[in-house]
Amino acid sequence: MNRLVPFLAFVLLAGLLGFGIWWNSSHDPTAVPSPLIDKPAPAFALPELDDPAKVVTKASLLGKPYLLNVFASWCYVCGEEHPVLMAEAGQFGVPLIGYNYKDAPADAKAWLSRHGNPYAMVLADRSGQTAMNFGVYGAPETYLIDARGIIRYKRIGPLTPTVIRTQLEPAIAALKKEAP
Amino acid sequence: MTPELGQLALILALLLALAQGILPLIGAWRGSRALMAVARPAAAGQAVFVALSFLILVWAFLHFDFSVRYVAENSNLELPWYYRIAATWGAHEGSLLLWILILNLWTVALAIFGRNLPEAFAARVLGVMGLISVGFLSFTLFTSDPFARLLPSPMNGADLNPVLQDPGMTFHPPMLYMGYVGFSVAFAFAIAALLGGSMEPSWVRQARPWTNAAWGFLSCGIVAGSWWAYSELGWGGWWFWDPVENASFMPWLVGTALIHAQAITEKRGSLRAWTILLSIFAFSLSLLGTFLVRSGLLTSVHAFASDPRRGLYILCYLAVVVGGSLLLYALRAPKVMGGKPFAVVSRETAMLIGNLMFTVAAAMVMLGTLFPLIGDALHMGRISVGPPYFGLLFPLLMTPVVLLLPLGPYLRWGKGGSGLLKGVLLRCGIAAVACALVAAFFVHGRPRAIMGVAAAVWVAAGVVLYVIRRWREMPRGRRYPAEMAGMLLAHFGVAVFLIGVLLSESLSVTRDVRMSPGDVQTIGGYQFRFDGIKQTLGPNWHAEQATVVVSRDGKPFTVMHPQKRTYPHDQVQTESAVDPGITRDLYVALGEPMDAGNVHGAWGLRVYYKPFVRWIWGGGLFMMLGGFVAAFDRRFRYRRATATEPAADTTPAAAPREAGA
Repeated sequence: MNRLVPFLAFVLLAGLLGFGIWWNSSHDPTAVPSPLIDKPAPAFALPELDDPAKVVTKASLLGKPYLLNVFASWCYVCGEEHPVLMAEAGQFGVPLIGYNYKDAPADAKAWLSRHGNPYAMVLADRSGQTAMNFGVYGAPETYLIDARGIIRYKRIGPLTPTVIRTQLEPAIAALKKEAP
Repeated sequence: MTPELGQLALILALLLALAQGILPLIGAWRGSRALMAVARPAAAGQAVFVALSFLILVWAFLHFDFSVRYVAENSNLELPWYYRIAATWGAHEGSLLLWILILNLWTVALAIFGRNLPEAFAARVLGVMGLISVGFLSFTLFTSDPFARLLPSPMNGADLNPVLQDPGMTFHPPMLYMGYVGFSVAFAFAIAALLGGSMEPSWVRQARPWTNAAWGFLSCGIVAGSWWAYSELGWGGWWFWDPVENASFMPWLVGTALIHAQAITEKRGSLRAWTILLSIFAFSLSLLGTFLVRSGLLTSVHAFASDPRRGLYILCYLAVVVGGSLLLYALRAPKVMGGKPFAVVSRETAMLIGNLMFTVAAAMVMLGTLFPLIGDALHMGRISVGPPYFGLLFPLLMTPVVLLLPLGPYLRWGKGGSGLLKGVLLRCGIAAVACALVAAFFVHGRPRAIMGVAAAVWVAAGVVLYVIRRWREMPRGRRYPAEMAGMLLAHFGVAVFLIGVLLSESLSVTRDVRMSPGDVQTIGGYQFRFDGIKQTLGPNWHAEQATVVVSRDGKPFTVMHPQKRTYPHDQVQTESAVDPGITRDLYVALGEPMDAGNVHGAWGLRVYYKPFVRWIWGGGLFMMLGGFVAAFDRRFRYRRATATEPAADTTPAAAPREAGA
């Protein structure tokens, strides 16, 4: 029986890889509801990437909705997402704020200068402490936070044009409708 | 017409591979010498046709035959000839052909140097190699034909990805594939042993030089890839835990474990099943790497253009090869624990701990690499864990290996450390602590740098003490048999590597600076003066080239020329300037002009001062050398497999208790 263990482990692995192929060809991974949706975003105070002396808090961003996009220079899926952000950032109608996750500031800056910077502002969370409060699994993730600081939409994984059309834009439109 | 000849050659090679894969296996099963004798000629014929087909593709590149789709997509009229040759393996189809060519080189080498193998065993080994080849040849022919035509043929081609137009990239894939594919030999040996049902582990001695050589090539390939990433990507980084890098790293980790497991099995007869399992794992991980890179499941900087049909094909192939061999293992693996027993304090134990750590590390890397996929499957979303995960776990897993490494040669097979062990521990410990204390003054108390010096001295002291001991105690000519010299070289490489990694990671200085012509920045004791931008021309690119004058203590030191190249089709590629040195690298990469309209104004520059970064690759090269030297041990060459006892400790050294591992 013991000798079958490697084989069974491989069957699991092959199943996972087969699933990956099937998933890639038939699905665009869709967002899953997060327990934090429609709850207030956690309070945070993070320095800006370009100017660590300036600290941005949750309170200072209240009053207008914004998108928070978690990224890192080490995250290769972010490299996939990045061109989409570069193309779409201007059309969201809300500011796109970068959330640099567990990254060395120099690497993040180099990455942005290399691939372009779609963000209105970039916050740096080097230790990942605040990200834990947000419930960040990894990068990339995107949060839509409304004027009262409540998370209205969350996307785990990269934003793709399809996701933006079918999920993010309706969510932003809903916010706009509520606004007086 | 010629490209069709290439295709025809591939079809003939496939037929010969079928013959090589099926007939000798039947022959070995039924005891038919005529069928077994098919193996060698079929292998030779297959190799000739594969080489022919490969040369025809190279020829198509050299002669700008843009009617071949693959050539049109990966080269153009301006591409210099050396990169046109390298373009042959620059994308999916051609690199697959290179894979097959290298598999054939290994098979032919095996057919030539494996003459002293028992007849049936050799037939099985060559048969398994043939079956592997069948899978790859039909994959090429049915899903990724490199000779497919593009009609009407374009006047000019697209371009080889500029990122790949670098000497490092020219050598990286062939070396890497030599390693990947080389593990197929150990795999074929293990499968042949399972098929033959032989309880004798004498095949392990025959497999060892092949594993060592493959491991050496793989080390070399990984070093070349890392050096390429460093010099070409413009980040100053040398390892990114990118899925494709991980794909080459996993077989290396398991291969390292395999080398040591084979040593135990050959010398002591124990751990037979484990050695077989590792042989299967090492090659399976090579296949998995091939799958990950080409299926489009995981994206990365080096990934090939993907196609779901290809992914499905490789998955089926993977299922047959890996699933089949693991099932065979489950049914046929030796059921009794053979070999000599060993005590808790023994060389076997030390090597087993190392084995375990390397295997767990490979599993850890695999988990991290596949994490986005697992995230999908568990409905958590596609996310990557990246360097924070690997950077935490990998050093943790390797710490016991580093701690045990200097002791290995002093431990005896079977039982007990000699009284020497305490002395060695004491000396290595004192040396490490003393050097760490001295280092602490120079590195201003940076803990990782101090740890690096301590760990490296700990390992190096162990190796050097052992070298001295052998020199004193052994008669001339018997001091360092190749196997032991290889082991010492590779272990010394670990020390060099540790210095490189820990010092460069902790002491590097990186500056992102805005510089106008005439500005000076001081980094790591060097003054960098930016002297503006000039336009330059290369064979197939034009570039903005900066002049950066470096001086030290007011004296001019060197002039560096980082470039920002523009290739045809407006692909932009940063070409960093590196001033290499034994104790430090100076590295300047050109960013963007601050004002896009004015290239003669201020620019963003990235300037790095990287101490000891070269030692990282130096260490890798020592390991490579160790692998090759060990592969050439006379013991592996001249002994006839049938004439040896499985468990004999036959190191030619006068004192058997000091047998090299």
